[in-house]
Amino acid sequence: MAEKSVAEAYRVLIGSRIRSQLAYRTSFWLTVTTSVAVGLVEFVEIYAIYANVPVFGGLDLRQSALVFALGNIGFALADAVFGQLDTIPTYLRLGRLEILLIRPMPLLLQLITADFHIRRLARLAVGALIIVIVLPGLDLSYTPGTVYLLVVTPFVGAAIYGALFATAGGVQFFLINGPEFTSAFVYGGSYAGQLPGSVLITPVRILFTFVIPATVTAYLPALLIMGLPGPKFLPAWLGWFAPVFAAWAWLLSWLAWRAGIRKFTGAGG
Amino acid sequence: MITEPIVQLEDLRRSFAIRRKAGRLRRQTKVVNAVDGITTSIQPGEAVGYIGANGAGKSTTIKMLTGILVPTSGRVRTCGYDPVPQRRQLAREIGVVFGQRSQLWWDLPLRDSFRILGAIHRLPTAEATARTEELVDRLGLADLLDTPVRQLSLGERMRGEVAAALVHRPRLLVLDEPTIGLDMISKERLRHFLIAERAEFGTTLLLTTHDMGDIERLCERVLVIDRGHLVFDGTLPSLAERVALQRVLVVDLPEPSPDLHVSEAAHIGSDLDGQRQRLAFSPKDTTAARVLAEVSAVTEVVDLTLEEPAIEDIVRTLYGVG
Repeated sequence: MAEKSVAEAYRVLIGSRIRSQLAYRTSFWLTVTTSVAVGLVEFVEIYAIYANVPVFGGLDLRQSALVFALGNIGFALADAVFGQLDTIPTYLRLGRLEILLIRPMPLLLQLITADFHIRRLARLAVGALIIVIVLPGLDLSYTPGTVYLLVVTPFVGAAIYGALFATAGGVQFFLINGPEFTSAFVYGGSYAGQLPGSVLITPVRILFTFVIPATVTAYLPALLIMGLPGPKFLPAWLGWFAPVFAAWAWLLSWLAWRAGIRKFTGAGG
Repeated sequence: MITEPIVQLEDLRRSFAIRRKAGRLRRQTKVVNAVDGITTSIQPGEAVGYIGANGAGKSTTIKMLTGILVPTSGRVRTCGYDPVPQRRQLAREIGVVFGQRSQLWWDLPLRDSFRILGAIHRLPTAEATARTEELVDRLGLADLLDTPVRQLSLGERMRGEVAAALVHRPRLLVLDEPTIGLDMISKERLRHFLIAERAEFGTTLLLTTHDMGDIERLCERVLVIDRGHLVFDGTLPSLAERVALQRVLVVDLPEPSPDLHVSEAAHIGSDLDGQRQRLAFSPKDTTAARVLAEVSAVTEVVDLTLEEPAIEDIVRTLYGVG
């Protein structure tokens, strides 16, 4: 029942959003082009490194591109669904959260359904394109395991990045000027997640695996797909446990979110 | 069956800690009791005006009974629910209009807001459509349905807000400053609608306002709050007995003049050597037009304004008497 109404509300909202965004063709194509360009520029950063060194963090350009693409698709999916949570400071400042609290729907769901931008989905195109280009050249053995990882990794990655968005959202309730925090936390996480984890210095590597599980969103599963070993403190087999990391990330975000709401309603933190 | 009150407050309190710097390192914490022990109840079908000066505790009370804020102590029940823990069940029974905050989707056509709200409230499509059509018809919104909300005038938007709050046929409608900033015609139109809506469906109304006109037209009962305390709880006529709900006609004359004395109103002040004079009258006994006619018979009137009784004055008078 509940799911049906949420789905219906989401359908109506996305329908109207898409219609209103399509109504201004030029603006629509400009935003789509811009966000595709942003995705490409991010990849160019990686490409630039390989123009100077043949191997980076133990991976060559193709292998690195796979890590980038998997992480990028996961992040694009999470951004499309949860990206709206970075507007919480605006809601707080304008007192719009009160409006959401008098509706019979969980706050988190209302916030993520409050808006929808096609441009966020457009980012997906970059990652998908890179995968299509690099996969044939990687010479992979397609076992059930690798196929499973290829299919599931972007979704588990999306779940992890989604949890980061939600955690940052919960923390906003305690901050006066929160958008910078969201950016540092979420975009920092995604940046770390799209790099070969081996290039991070050890403490950072541990931070972005066991606290903010960014390396699990792409790097470790990619190592498993390519049959490569992991660096120090980061065995590749951890990649199989990505769903466990996702569950852990969501537990953290649930706690942060609950504390945030309790702070807002004055129930004590 | 004994009907349960729609709203029940028992010794309701809410305090906020305000921290500020005192000296270089020390911080002082000051506790402000925004709502300081309010006990009252509202029965189904009542229309209650809730008035008080800015910062008196009106909004804090409204937040506690709609499930936005947890009380520090005391008890609040709304529609039989404990508002914050049961906020989602409660949300289906109440509609809230915040005059200063929009609940419509800013950049979408008005029509879409109603559809989305219907879905959020899980209304069957046929029911949502029928109810929306009814509200659109009564509030005169038909021509505005395809207009993005951001392009609506304030008056048009407020009618949209009220419709949005009523899509799910709530038992209790809470209006927080619904007529703020509206012109006379828009105010009257909204009041007309609310009177008709209540007559037909028996919707309970709880209204905060700075406009005594809203109270006089819509409410039978008035609660007055001052610094967190309820200083008056009674019918509108009994409030009128204790405080004069007078209008003040301010007239600007062409030149400094002696104080005007007319039979329909009392002269309560002159400014600019009598070029601007203030005349108080009770709307029960006479009308602004009759006072003006009397003044015009004596002197020319360059400009005029009509002042509603100020809530602050009412509160002050209540203290003076009580």
